[in-house]
Amino acid sequence: MRPLTEAETRALFEKLGKYIGENIQLLVDRPDGTYCFRLHRDRVYYVSEKLLKVATSIPRDSLVALGTCFGKFTKTQKFRLNVTALDFLAPYAKYKVWVKPGSEQSFLYGNHVLKSGLGRITENTAQYQGVVVYSMADIPLGFGVAAKSTQDCRKVDPMAIVVFHQADVGEYVRSEDTLT
Amino acid sequence: MGRKLDPARKEKRGPGRKARKQRGAEVELARFLPPEADPGQRKLSSHARRRSAKRRRAAGEEPRGGRQPGVKKQVSPSKEILPKKVVAQPPHCQSGFSDGNSKWLTPAKAKKIQSEDNNVELSSDGEEEEGIWEMEEEEEDGSSEEMVDDYGASSSDEEELLPIEKAALKQKSDRGGFSEDDSEEEEVAEEASRQKKGQKEEEGADLQLNMDVDEQFKLPTDEQIERETAEPPDLHIIHQRIKGNMEVLQDFGVKREEGRTRQEYLALLRRDMAAYYSYSDFLLKKLMDVFPLPELINFLEANEVPRPVTIRTNTLKTRRRDLAQALINRGVNLDPLGKWSKTGLVIYDSSVPIGATPEYLAGHYMLQGASSLLPVMALAPQENECILDMCCAPGGKTSYIAQLMKNTGMILANDSSAERLRSVVGNLHRLGVTNAVVSNCDGRQFPKVLGGFDRVLLDAPCSGTGVISKDPAVKTNKDEKDILRCAHLQKELILSAIDSVNAASETGGYIVYCTCSITVEENEWVVDYALKKRNVRLVATGLDFGKEGFTRFKECHFHPSLKSTRRFYPHTHNMDGFFIAKFKKFSNAIPKAQKGEEPAVEAASPLPVPDTIMELQSKKKKLEGSKVAKGQKKPQSALKKRHSLQAQRRPVKAGQPSPQVLRARVPTRKKRRVNQNEQ
Repeated sequence: MRPLTEAETRALFEKLGKYIGENIQLLVDRPDGTYCFRLHRDRVYYVSEKLLKVATSIPRDSLVALGTCFGKFTKTQKFRLNVTALDFLAPYAKYKVWVKPGSEQSFLYGNHVLKSGLGRITENTAQYQGVVVYSMADIPLGFGVAAKSTQDCRKVDPMAIVVFHQADVGEYVRSEDTLT
Repeated sequence: MGRKLDPARKEKRGPGRKARKQRGAEVELARFLPPEADPGQRKLSSHARRRSAKRRRAAGEEPRGGRQPGVKKQVSPSKEILPKKVVAQPPHCQSGFSDGNSKWLTPAKAKKIQSEDNNVELSSDGEEEEGIWEMEEEEEDGSSEEMVDDYGASSSDEEELLPIEKAALKQKSDRGGFSEDDSEEEEVAEEASRQKKGQKEEEGADLQLNMDVDEQFKLPTDEQIERETAEPPDLHIIHQRIKGNMEVLQDFGVKREEGRTRQEYLALLRRDMAAYYSYSDFLLKKLMDVFPLPELINFLEANEVPRPVTIRTNTLKTRRRDLAQALINRGVNLDPLGKWSKTGLVIYDSSVPIGATPEYLAGHYMLQGASSLLPVMALAPQENECILDMCCAPGGKTSYIAQLMKNTGMILANDSSAERLRSVVGNLHRLGVTNAVVSNCDGRQFPKVLGGFDRVLLDAPCSGTGVISKDPAVKTNKDEKDILRCAHLQKELILSAIDSVNAASETGGYIVYCTCSITVEENEWVVDYALKKRNVRLVATGLDFGKEGFTRFKECHFHPSLKSTRRFYPHTHNMDGFFIAKFKKFSNAIPKAQKGEEPAVEAASPLPVPDTIMELQSKKKKLEGSKVAKGQKKPQSALKKRHSLQAQRRPVKAGQPSPQVLRARVPTRKKRRVNQNEQ
């Protein structure tokens, strides 16, 4: 377990910024104590200082996880967000997409969101903007990348993809073993 | 697709092992096709019968003449259900009817053919037939009663009529004309079934003989048992025997057989139960020790049915009301779990898989047995505390702790299996728990890794005898060694759990020990051991239901405070079998007497306390010394006094505590408790 290097921090924040923009500030400066990012076995954990102190006394080999896992660095040093970060992305997300109840299930199985399943979308979402996907009952289901801007979404045919799937909460069941 | 229709196959009557199987379509077919043997027989609808009754009433006494046997023979085929059988028994030989004498059956055949001929003729003038029909039924009832007396070994109608049916079958094959359509195979099958029936009757006759003699259960002889072991067990008979045996055992003085001991009855009961519920003999013996007999049956029965599916609302993300509404909208039928839980819900049935709804994936609830909520409620974690969950997989209890602490403070979730920790990590993230650290250590290393917790939850690995409905393999694959191995591990774990707690914690200093096992070795024994080895005492768990733990069990006497532990059973509480004990640690010091005074006994005792613990203690003292020094002084002085007391008793105590010792101990314990209260 170690703090992130400069390059790693940049990669992480760039990725986070795609979803929550300048709200990253709120993640780092919290009123309820200091929180920080730590790297452990290529995973990035978002954890409070208090918890960190406890975790330092556990042998590195036997430490499995601490706080919340945000994602992992690939072997080529790219950062990949994990669905476990959804709890922190959802409240701060700038651009959101709501899917209809009928296509909820489809998204939770790892499919892209089609125009036919699109319930609502934030105004002026740009193309390739990171978005958080909600159900119509406002339950965060995952996140992805907008395939079309809001304007384009109006015109395309019903079977066109509007949001590329990146992560969804179905992974808790589908790929429990590889979550962290 | 569907059931096969084989018109050549005849539907067999009577009981038998195959009788419960779903039958082929020819059963239904029989309803639609006219019966080949006696046509016209089923013409009466319910309306017709009613009409006929009316007509009869109008006719007055006239049909009374129909009681004569001759008339009876003519009319009998009109009886709906069992025409052949009725016909098959001539009135004069009704009483002499038993399995052995099949002589009389031969004349009956001839008569039957005749009667059927008659029947064909008679059916043309249905009026008369209908008129006498009900009278006939009365007549029949009378005769069937007589038959019960003859060989009423079995009470059900079907079994009574077995020999008749046999006769009918035989007759059929004899006459040939009727059975022409029967294939060769079928005959073989019939023969086999006949033989089987014969066997059964024999057994039935045995049973009946017993009943006649003294109207009560009798132990089978050795030969009978031997014979039984040779052939596959008949569950029905075994069940009957268990029932009878239980009755005798409940009122042993009166109902016992002369010269038979209780042990013989119990041995038979155990063997029968082991066969009927397919338990290993060892486990059944253990269970018989724990439960009184009627309760044991309930317990065994309860293990055959699954417990209700329960879920726990994750109050970090939603409220129970909202969750219930959301699930009801998805077609789930649910109810609140009970008064004692504010977060639990029982799922009765569901049109969607309850472990894969969007709500589940979003972490609004956790699938969790009702019994696993209890230890956490007993632990009663407070906000901003430091809590250790020693054996946390799969994370249900851990997340409940986090939920009660509202994600404040710190939870160390530990488990020794890396494999099982994956689900812990998944669950904790899904449920939005952010105050947990997950580690993969051996629980026995614990105060070495980290100590000074406010509370510790030890859900110890166990033999799982409380969750047999979940894992029926436990029935057979556990033996004495497994139980003792578990108990040993549990003793080690409970000591490390106690050592990891900081007694001077302002809010805490509690340890909750729980297992999903119901054996005494893994529960009371372990708790009693901990009471002896460490400065802890049992406190009330805060759960207002459940049964009290044992304070004495067979030859063992445990500390009287074990009354405050709680046991939960599948048959009484409809949750998994569970044991919960809550300790309060009142001093961080480890009683020294262990080391100095009884090295020999220590080595012999089931748990060799490793020297490391002493090391740990010193290390821990160093760690906590500065923090706790002030608070600890007073208890330690009181403690020293007790140590000296304990030191004197120690050698005796290390083995099984004798009642004398217990009596000697109680007052000192009490005194100590008073001291505690003063503090």
